[in-house]
Amino acid sequence: MKSDSPTRVGKGKVVTAVFLKDVQIELRSRVVTNQVLPFAGLVMVMFAFALDNDDVLQRVAGGLVWLATLFSLFIIVQRSFAVDTADGALDSLRVAGIDLSAVFFGKAIALAIKLIALEIVLICSAVILYRVDVSATGLVLLVTCVLCATSGLAFVGTLYGGLTAGAKGRETLLPLLLLPVVAPVLIAATRATEAAFGSGGAQTSEGWAWIGLLAVFAAVFGVGGSLAFGSLIDE
Amino acid sequence: MSQVLQRTSPTGTRTTKVIGALAILVMAWVVVSGLVLTPQDVVQGESVRIMYVHVPSAWIAYLAFIFTAVASASWLISKKHSMGFDRFAGASAEVGVMFMAITLITGSLWGRLTWGEFWQWDPRLTTTAFLFVTYVGYLAVRRLEGSVEQRARRSAVVAMLAVLEIPLVHFSVVLWRSLHQGATVLNPNGDVKMDDLMLFTLFSGVVGFTLVFVWLVLHRQRTMLLVDVANRQGLDAAIAARQTESLVK
Repeated sequence: MKSDSPTRVGKGKVVTAVFLKDVQIELRSRVVTNQVLPFAGLVMVMFAFALDNDDVLQRVAGGLVWLATLFSLFIIVQRSFAVDTADGALDSLRVAGIDLSAVFFGKAIALAIKLIALEIVLICSAVILYRVDVSATGLVLLVTCVLCATSGLAFVGTLYGGLTAGAKGRETLLPLLLLPVVAPVLIAATRATEAAFGSGGAQTSEGWAWIGLLAVFAAVFGVGGSLAFGSLIDE
Repeated sequence: MSQVLQRTSPTGTRTTKVIGALAILVMAWVVVSGLVLTPQDVVQGESVRIMYVHVPSAWIAYLAFIFTAVASASWLISKKHSMGFDRFAGASAEVGVMFMAITLITGSLWGRLTWGEFWQWDPRLTTTAFLFVTYVGYLAVRRLEGSVEQRARRSAVVAMLAVLEIPLVHFSVVLWRSLHQGATVLNPNGDVKMDDLMLFTLFSGVVGFTLVFVWLVLHRQRTMLLVDVANRQGLDAAIAARQTESLVK
């Protein structure tokens, strides 16, 4: 005898489905590769025009990489949720009875993948344009920093992106909400990246203290985001 | 609904009138004592008088944000989801943002006179500025489209996220750098290095600003109730008009 109760989809399956959906949309539309990456590259060039000093550029390269990442984050997050709200996909997910924390993690992982691709390009452009060097130990620190900082940015971006999705004036509201929250990521990731680059005589070992802060940030907003996301996208 | 309007309009009650009168008296004393009666500081000179506004407004701003967080948590936890908690949280945040702006402006003026700069990247200053921007964002979230219940849920969650955010911002900025003058009144040793009248004026300022805060929050949350009721009545009237229209056709 068949049960009348609806079958609940597993959390892992929802995470995978939402992640694949977002990645597939990106592969088809190529917004990150065709628009966001050129924008971020241009920002790096503009920084060089504005600062106009090789020594200064080498010194602040870490900060510029993460500032360009933050500027691009707003575009990627808004794009990610604009697709979902335009045809009511977010509402459909909400009323489907699935675990919304799984939707949160699926979208956050997809956002993290896009951000990592972006950061690789930005770090390479810093090495080429700003002439920074990365040692083998610095590379380990840099990879850890990218993973931890990106996790935090992806969780926070997904959380506040969900809140402002479909709202009037979301283009200005999202940076207003996101920038104060991601300040610890900007500070910690910049210091860790400067240590990895050896900017201003910084030692690689100095960067590891900041990784702890990045990990705590990612953990706090990963847990907080999974609990709050459902309430924030409730329309 | 009209009973609610009658009960809350005008927004003043006997209690708020007493609080308002007390606030005027205490603030008048603070103005006279702060500007005329108290002596100059040995090191800071006349600029020390800014402290009588700066310290109480900072205290009220932080108190307001604590109240917002507590009211938001109460809304989320309570089974009834009373809108009173939401209005109290919103009113407290609005008043808190105003006092935080006063704190930042008076702090900058004092910094220019004492440090020679309007701004220094000190942890306490930077955290305060981030707190200000965070709650400006919170107020923007409260103005998003949606029902009163949606507004309450969203803003309560954002207030809770701000509680997570502020310690992380503060800790990261503390690691970054530190310069702010150490606590003079509430130092860990309990050793107060201040003239008695100056100390009394400062505490009077704290009491006066607290009364002003309570008065403003009580009135503001009542005007919020009036706005919510008026909006709901407007919606009811529109539905009734459409129903009448369809019956006539």
